[in-house]
Amino acid sequence: MRSESSASNGLLCKEVVELVTDYLEDALLPEKRAQFEEHVAGCVGCTNYVEQVRLTIGMLRNLAQEPVFPETKEELLQVFRQWKNHQ
Amino acid sequence: MGEVTNQSASQSDAEIAGQTTGEAWLNGATTSEGESDFIERLRNGNEEAFVFLVDQYHRTMFRLAMIYVPKQAGAEEVVQEAWVGVLQGLDRFEGRSSLKTWIFRILTNCAKTYALREGRSIPFSSLADMEIDSDEPTVDPDRFFPPTARKTGTWISLPENWDEFPEERLLSQEISAQIESAIEGLSLNQRTVITLHDIEGWTSEEICGVLGVSVTNQRVLLHRARSKVRRALERYFDEKEEV
Repeated sequence: MRSESSASNGLLCKEVVELVTDYLEDALLPEKRAQFEEHVAGCVGCTNYVEQVRLTIGMLRNLAQEPVFPETKEELLQVFRQWKNHQ
Repeated sequence: MGEVTNQSASQSDAEIAGQTTGEAWLNGATTSEGESDFIERLRNGNEEAFVFLVDQYHRTMFRLAMIYVPKQAGAEEVVQEAWVGVLQGLDRFEGRSSLKTWIFRILTNCAKTYALREGRSIPFSSLADMEIDSDEPTVDPDRFFPPTARKTGTWISLPENWDEFPEERLLSQEISAQIESAIEGLSLNQRTVITLHDIEGWTSEEICGVLGVSVTNQRVLLHRARSKVRRALERYFDEKEEV
């Protein structure tokens, strides 16, 4: 593995970081995607950067875990029952 | 750069974005037929069906309401009001959008009304918000060699390899708190999009359907938001290492 960043084709590291979301969301045109992947494959800095963004997304996803409180659920059930009775 | 900052895409995309995208009913393998059966059960007052819906959406509704009305009590009121709106509207629901999209449109309408009554600014209220969001660089330009250098545009100091950090650390409460505070620092639009897309796992189509934003603008906002959260985490890890 190379130990420093290098731009082996048209894209610079500075440009790669701007394209990361388009890359991860699969919104790059095929040609641009190939350039992106080629650059990242030869650049430790950008490999780490893309991985950091991937891990950041994983950490964000991890926030969504709390369940609904039983009291809240009970309150909403009351709302539901009231609605049912007034139908 | 072209794909990223296509700001000319107008908000009018929003008008066509409302149609359902054929999403699987409640993240499952069920079909829209399954959805209309489910709605029938709700209309008939089936409590199990209602609890299922609450389990699926209440948390996300609250998270989204907190962006419009950043006070717990106010947000709770908004969500409750939205549930009432959902139940009252159920008979008129025609399935032109998915149930999820419909529920969250009711939620955002309730939240908007509440926020405006309190004189708060609301997400996606003007095109100007989008423009403010557009021109920040993803990474501090000082991280790259300047145009005068031979290695212009490449990293001066490489980003760290976070894969070397233990997973327990990345998923710790401490990190979650860092992320939450980074999200609080985002613009309303960025916060809304990253919350729905990355925290709640919505698709871009679902987000566009509820918020009336174009796919391109949505992606720009997501990009800016993620970049800032990443940067906040990087700063946090760096500080920890210096201690």
